[in-house]
Amino acid sequence: MTLSLNDKDMEMLRGDCGPATKMAMSILVRMAEVAEAKELLDITGAHIDSTVYIGDAGLEFAERLARLGAKVSVPTTLNVSGLDEHHWQEWAVPSEWARQAHRQMLAYQSMGTIPTWTCAPYQTEMKPSFGQQIAWGESNAIVFANSVLGARTERYPDMFDICCAITGRAPAIGLHLTENRAGNLLLQLKDIPEALQHSDDFYPVLGHFIGKVSLERIPVINGLNIIPNEDQLKALGAAAASSGAVALFHMIGVTPEAPTLESAFQSSQPQETISVTMDMLRESRRALTHTDSEKLDIVVLGSPHFSLAEFKQLAPLVHGKQKHPDVKFLVTSSRAMTQLAKQAGFLDLLQDFGAQLTVDTCILTSPMLPPEMKYLMTNSAKFAYYAPGLLGRQITFGSLKDCVTSAIAGRVIRDESLWKS
Amino acid sequence: MEKLIIQGKPFISGSANGIALVSNEPLSFWGGYDWKSGEIIDRRHPLSGFNARAKILAIPFTRGSSTTTAVLLEAIRAGTAPNAIITTAMDFFFALASVVADELYTTPLPLVAIAESDFACLHTGQQIVIDEMGSITMTP
Repeated sequence: MTLSLNDKDMEMLRGDCGPATKMAMSILVRMAEVAEAKELLDITGAHIDSTVYIGDAGLEFAERLARLGAKVSVPTTLNVSGLDEHHWQEWAVPSEWARQAHRQMLAYQSMGTIPTWTCAPYQTEMKPSFGQQIAWGESNAIVFANSVLGARTERYPDMFDICCAITGRAPAIGLHLTENRAGNLLLQLKDIPEALQHSDDFYPVLGHFIGKVSLERIPVINGLNIIPNEDQLKALGAAAASSGAVALFHMIGVTPEAPTLESAFQSSQPQETISVTMDMLRESRRALTHTDSEKLDIVVLGSPHFSLAEFKQLAPLVHGKQKHPDVKFLVTSSRAMTQLAKQAGFLDLLQDFGAQLTVDTCILTSPMLPPEMKYLMTNSAKFAYYAPGLLGRQITFGSLKDCVTSAIAGRVIRDESLWKS
Repeated sequence: MEKLIIQGKPFISGSANGIALVSNEPLSFWGGYDWKSGEIIDRRHPLSGFNARAKILAIPFTRGSSTTTAVLLEAIRAGTAPNAIITTAMDFFFALASVVADELYTTPLPLVAIAESDFACLHTGQQIVIDEMGSITMTP
């Protein structure tokens, strides 16, 4: 199978559109060949995960493109960076590291991108629409765009996203194509109490389980009695994309490509059916906690970035209360969402509680936690999944309410009533 | 010693040799691979604590984060990457790191896909030689 390129592709590849476009197109074409694509297709939006500063190689790649005059050709949002530009000095970020991370931010900003600095671009005004072909990086954003919005992106890695954004093209492979979007694994919920389905900590736990059993397959979730809200679907997707390689899920009666089982499977039969029981979910919940200790140094919320609705949910829980003086309470979100939360009056309540805010980044992408903070608690399966390896920290998973209760008490307290057997 | 040869499909071709480091469990390099040392740091992964620098790493595929590519690219630049990676299918995330490493530093990383049934022939500790055509020779 050979890749066929159109005239415009050939012009870009030859360098007629400038050296940066040539470099981007050359990488795109090599990867399209590796992936055995027949052709490239037009995209109408991109989200760049390469903004996350990892080290010198990623920075050299960004600055090479920027120096060559790279400009994106489609509306392009930016993922989290390594740095909260205005507040990093309040934390343990080394200044040399901050300088490098900032250079990487400037390089991507110079390409005509929209500096959203968020891992939840689907909760901004740049959210893609049903059927739109896009090239997105950031695993949680990819799974949300495909599953909840019905937009179409492959699971793209860092640095490939920007090549697509510059050229406006992507390989016609994988989840861009209708026939590859059919479910192939049926997950049938079995006797899961409705009260638990309403609880916010149900979704990261279910997502963690789904990622583990699905691996690279497309799971179809059936048997929910309620319609989850946007943030619950966000939490589920982020969890499944961390513990597995899930880039698309269907939920019967909830997600747009799954009004019925038949449509979710595109009229074919599931390869496998798994009954999801409370025992499996209890085990999944246990796996998200990495310590038996009640010790608590910091509560971290906002992975993916906190939405306005999540600020609204948190506000009454902290209203009129004070966190324990020995515990920090951190919320990570985007600049835009934080501004809205401020206008809505939620930030004053959080401040009175003693909470701190970080924008543009999170604890996983910025070395902001000082070494003495060893015991973490979170409501995010993604934080819970990555904290032990990336940060070398002990972490406990709990509901939003558990996190607030624990921050007030100064030690981990979890309400087990919905999870007990 | 008896040698075993399996034929893989090179999706980024190149020759390499080294000691095998093998797991059936997929791995995210972000949060799973310390590019400063080559150590596998996903504490939930069976290879946690092993060092993959200059080894032949064999895992079915990458999972999770889209930052896996960036971490592997850093490892290639820093000299802490495996000498080659074997997977059970073309892995886009590894392939991109190799292509970009070629673009920036002209040091692509050899990548070979093998059949799932052949994957069971691989064991940690074997001496492995990979050639440009994707042929994999194992010495126990």
